Amino acid sequence: MLLSKVKLPLGVYNSALKSLRSSNGRPSCTDLVLSINSARLFASHSAQAVFDKTDAEVETSSKSSAEKKTAVLESKSFAVNMFKGQISTAQVFPFPSVLSEEQAQFLSELVGPVSKFFEEVNDPVKNDVLEKVEDATMQGLKELGAFGLQVPADLGGMGLTNTQYARLVEIVGMHDLGVGITLGAHQSIGFKGILLYGNRQQKEKYLPKLATGETIAAFCLTEPSSGSDAASIKTTAVKSACGKYYIMNGGKIWISNGGLAEIFTVFAKTPVKDETTGEVKDKITAFIVEKGFGGVAHGPPEKKMGIKASNTAEVHFDSVRVPVENVLGEVGGGFKVAMNILNNGRFGMAAALSGTMKGVISKAVDHAANRTQFGNKIHNFGVIQEKIARMAMMQYVAESMAYMISSNMDMGASDFQIEAAISKIFASEAAWTVTDECIQIMGGMGFMKDAGVERVMRDLRIFRIFEGTNDILRLFVALNGFQNAGNQLKGLQKALRSPIENAGLLVGEISKRAKRKAGLSTGVSLEGVVHPELSESGRLLVQAVEQFGAVIEDLLLKHGKKIVDEQFVLKRVSDSAIDLYGMVVVISRASRSLSQGHHSAQHEKMLCETWCIEAHQRIMQDIKSLKSSSSKQMFKNLRAISAAVVENGGTVSPHPLGF
Amino acid sequence: MSARVLVGVKRVIDYAVKIRVKPDKTGVVTDGVKHSMNPFCEIAIEEAVRLKEKKLIKEVIAVSCGPQQSQETIRTALAMGADRGIHVDVSGKDYENLGPLQVSKILAALAKKEDVRLIILGKQAIDDDCNQTGQMTAALLDWPQGTFASQVDFQEDSLKVEREIDGGLETIKIKMPAVVTADLRLNEPRYATLPNIMKAKKKKIDTVKPSDLGVDLSSQLEVLSVEEPSQRQAGVKVETVEDLIKKLRDSGRI
Repeated sequence: MLLSKVKLPLGVYNSALKSLRSSNGRPSCTDLVLSINSARLFASHSAQAVFDKTDAEVETSSKSSAEKKTAVLESKSFAVNMFKGQISTAQVFPFPSVLSEEQAQFLSELVGPVSKFFEEVNDPVKNDVLEKVEDATMQGLKELGAFGLQVPADLGGMGLTNTQYARLVEIVGMHDLGVGITLGAHQSIGFKGILLYGNRQQKEKYLPKLATGETIAAFCLTEPSSGSDAASIKTTAVKSACGKYYIMNGGKIWISNGGLAEIFTVFAKTPVKDETTGEVKDKITAFIVEKGFGGVAHGPPEKKMGIKASNTAEVHFDSVRVPVENVLGEVGGGFKVAMNILNNGRFGMAAALSGTMKGVISKAVDHAANRTQFGNKIHNFGVIQEKIARMAMMQYVAESMAYMISSNMDMGASDFQIEAAISKIFASEAAWTVTDECIQIMGGMGFMKDAGVERVMRDLRIFRIFEGTNDILRLFVALNGFQNAGNQLKGLQKALRSPIENAGLLVGEISKRAKRKAGLSTGVSLEGVVHPELSESGRLLVQAVEQFGAVIEDLLLKHGKKIVDEQFVLKRVSDSAIDLYGMVVVISRASRSLSQGHHSAQHEKMLCETWCIEAHQRIMQDIKSLKSSSSKQMFKNLRAISAAVVENGGTVSPHPLGF
Repeated sequence: MSARVLVGVKRVIDYAVKIRVKPDKTGVVTDGVKHSMNPFCEIAIEEAVRLKEKKLIKEVIAVSCGPQQSQETIRTALAMGADRGIHVDVSGKDYENLGPLQVSKILAALAKKEDVRLIILGKQAIDDDCNQTGQMTAALLDWPQGTFASQVDFQEDSLKVEREIDGGLETIKIKMPAVVTADLRLNEPRYATLPNIMKAKKKKIDTVKPSDLGVDLSSQLEVLSVEEPSQRQAGVKVETVEDLIKKLRDSGRI
């Protein structure tokens, strides 16, 4: 789930953290500015790469048959389709129930003992003060089986599905995010590569010991000069003369579990010969590196703002001899390995954080229900009620996203990267807001260390930064969506070139656009999948998706490939995408509860309706500003203000007092 | 080494749950309420499993009497290390009437059927606080009993049991077969770990009916009313020590 600071499909990364450290480990304004610039650069470069790839794909497919083309382009992902103004219900309706009776039964047996462990044995306050997970707790976690949740049972693990894993990680997130990172850095990214890409021998050799926690794993990608731009790593692995080893040299930073791990998934550049051209190019390859190989060293634990209990350290590789059989996946295929590991872990973060929110909400409510001011319990006051209601809604949305995605993954979906990124962004921001409001409700009490919420707040801060900053992930969401929408548009443009053959398609598209322009529905409907009691929320969703699809198309026609540089635009597109996905998951979940007659169905209906009304408003606002010319002026202003402040090395205006 | 141990595990409302009385005062609300194994039963299971780990006994059987959900409690016992389970299926009206005497009859019957040498029970359950089942079971079987045990030493054919009694500890020696009930300080029960829960899936739970054991569940007890504990009354402030003494004297406290 969590940690390694940076990771993003497309190689779009956060370089802010990185740069913070690059100059003598001290953050400075210049560093931050640089990092933002470079992030922009990386984002656009990699997005450019995506678009170039799209060109190539479309070109090849245009040569093949028309059926094949549609097969390539069709995705069942709701997020992919909403960028085209379409609603694909396949993955989101009805809210998936993927656990078999036996899996559900087994999971329910695990929930009790894991909760009990975190309630009675683990001490988050002590872990935070010690800046490490207490030894006895660590031992207890290993015995508990917490280090091998998704390792197959025949290799000594628990063999859990993503959904089962999510449920247990939620408990961890509720109690101690520092422990969560320790566990997540180990299994969500540390050895996930072996699970996903390892061959039989590698799995049998490493997984049994990793599953019991006898050995700890870490994921090593980030380097001092390579954050967002993962392709720029400098660690090298060169094949020895005898051909039996790779000699690895380089240094990695901010590696979670870096000081504890015996097994490292390391990404390094290897010279790879192109079979057709004979040209030798450096490409990234993933390796399984054992500490015992010799030449592997780590630095002292880093001092951090939060998640102090987790170990973060530099890891250095000095002429490490890595046997060729320890290549993970294909030689030169490391980039894909890295991105898939990260993409596969994001849902876990959403699950953990929905647990965090649950815990924090209980604290806030306990205070609100018992604190008397002005002769009244404070939960009777409107300002407090609004806070509590919003906290509950955000938790509901994040939780619905987490389990929607884990279920989609368990059903074998492969195109969930937009959804996964959205869930990471949403959950990390929702958890921050919910925790902040919890402290606000508790007032001075919440600010005190003993209340136990300030630690959660500190722990949470990193979640908006690592595994791809939310800013970079927003660009990723928008650009991925644009790419898919662009493919569709390209198909359309081709059809326009031979209008006779494609008359049917064109008539449909033209009338769709005419209807949108006139503000009419294009006939997309959620009737039959949304519970009748939620038809109004369903209508808002349909309307928002149609308007969103239209604005995406307009933007593509207007900017073309240059859209990658329009970050003010991309941010707003992404905000709307996040809101759209939030709407659909809660509509789906509340529909299921209504259909099944849950005792909480009416409450969920209210959560859903309220969320949808406000999300719809935000989306319409964003769409309006994307369409209007005045927003263009505003983006210009923002750019100019920023440039002036950067130029001046700080705020520009003189002090109001003149000195 | 050849001995077989029977351990009773009761499914009770979790200790952390705030108990609510049913509006009709016939009992407490159990629907949708978290249940878990009675903590004293956990101690009993732990003791039995430790005996097995020391190779002093050969098999630990966990038994629970109650509705279908009692199997969850047995599963927990299996995950802690019991070898197999017996679920005595009691539901509906019978379950409402199930008290220490009925359970004792069941346990006694099972002890004979399974040829056990030792029965370990919790000293009491945290729901009804009866503290009778161990004693009654011993009586029905005419076996010696070591109740409120804070230490148990296995010696060939007998047990040395240290008992927690008012004002101190009493050490007794009893012959097996015997009944032992666990007090709080006997041990610290282990946590059921996930790998052990997984292994426990393969362990067997037999389901039997009380009638299969020839046990009559009829009860001579009738619950008249279940009440919430009375609310604490507000106190009064006194000005001086003399006032306090007077108040205490007037209320007959001193």
